[in-house]
Order: sequence, then structure tokens, then C-alpha cells
Amino acid sequence: MFLARVIGTVVSTRKEPRTEGVRFLLLEKLDPPTMAGKKDYLVAMDAVDAGVDEVVLCVAGSAARLTAATDGKPTDAAIIGIVDDVDIGGQAVFRKDRA
Amino acid sequence: MIFARVVGTVVLTQRADAVPGARFLLAEACTPRLEGRKDYLVALDVVGAGEGELVMIAQGPSARNTALTDRRSIDAVICGIVDLVDEGGEVVFRK
Repeated sequence: MFLARVIGTVVSTRKEPRTEGVRFLLLEKLDPPTMAGKKDYLVAMDAVDAGVDEVVLCVAGSAARLTAATDGKPTDAAIIGIVDDVDIGGQAVFRKDRA
Repeated sequence: MIFARVVGTVVLTQRADAVPGARFLLAEACTPRLEGRKDYLVALDVVGAGEGELVMIAQGPSARNTALTDRRSIDAVICGIVDLVDEGGEVVFRK
């Protein structure tokens, strides 16, 4: 899994029928020690109702299909959690309520 | 599997229903000599690893082959805490 920030949404109208009803979010991967963006972007299906600017936990590969929202859908990336806290070496590097 | 050093924790309250109740740890991929590779990942801890420990992380579909992660949306799992690494007859790591 990796940490990413939601930086936008992706809308598609002409798409595979099984992707109907799910949200696609645009993510930028983060460098955990600095929590800065790595200029590495991807689109993921949202399984937790994440919002723009939130830091999220994302899975890749076949695990992305194993949430209630993405079961049986053609995706290789899914947001499985909204991150509240990240600590490194006992120090807070991210707190959602103070972000 | 890769070697990694546990460097921190990740806390989530809102998460997909398919994720079990184990801890998510932040790990930095490293060499068996604990030299960090500046490549970080989040892995589910099913063995009770602690900060600073050298661990083995299984990634991809293999991460679901534990009792806690069976059919869960998890793609990286800490599957062992390393006690000793012997490389070509030389002990390069001892816990």
C-alpha cells in the first residue's frame, strides 16, 4: 500500500458498464518523511468516500478489486482508507485535523 | 519478498469494510544491513513488528495468504521479523 493525496476527480461517460456508479479520483503519491507530492500520479477507484485534499491509503493490483465498492470491477488501484495520522520515529509527520 | 525497516505508523479511522483490524505500519525498503533505500510503503502488520525492526514484506496477491488478510484488500503484509541474515557465510544482520 502507499500514501497519496487526492488532488482531483476524473469523469468518464463512455466506459465499461461495470465501472458505473464508482468514483474515480486523481491521486499524487506522497513521500512519507516530508509528506510532499512525488509528481507521480494515478487514477484510483474510491472505496471510502474520500475527498479532494485528503491523504489516503491506496492498494494496487488484484487487491483493489476486494472492496465492497470495487468487487468484480476492472480496476487495479483502490482507495481503502482515509489517513488520520502518520508517525515516523515517534514524531507526527501528518495529522489530518491540523492539515 | 523484500527487506524493510519499520519506521512508523499509519492510523486510519475511515476505511473500506474489507480491511481487517490489524495495524498499518510505514516501512522503508532496505538492504539486509539496514541501509535505507528511500522507498517507502505501508504494510499490514500481522506479526507484531515494532519500530526499527528489520522485517520481510510480501507484496501483491501473496499478501492475502495470511489468516488475517484472506480475501481482504491488502497488497503488502509484514510476514516476518528478521532475527538473523547470513550472506555467503557472513552474518550481516543480527537482531
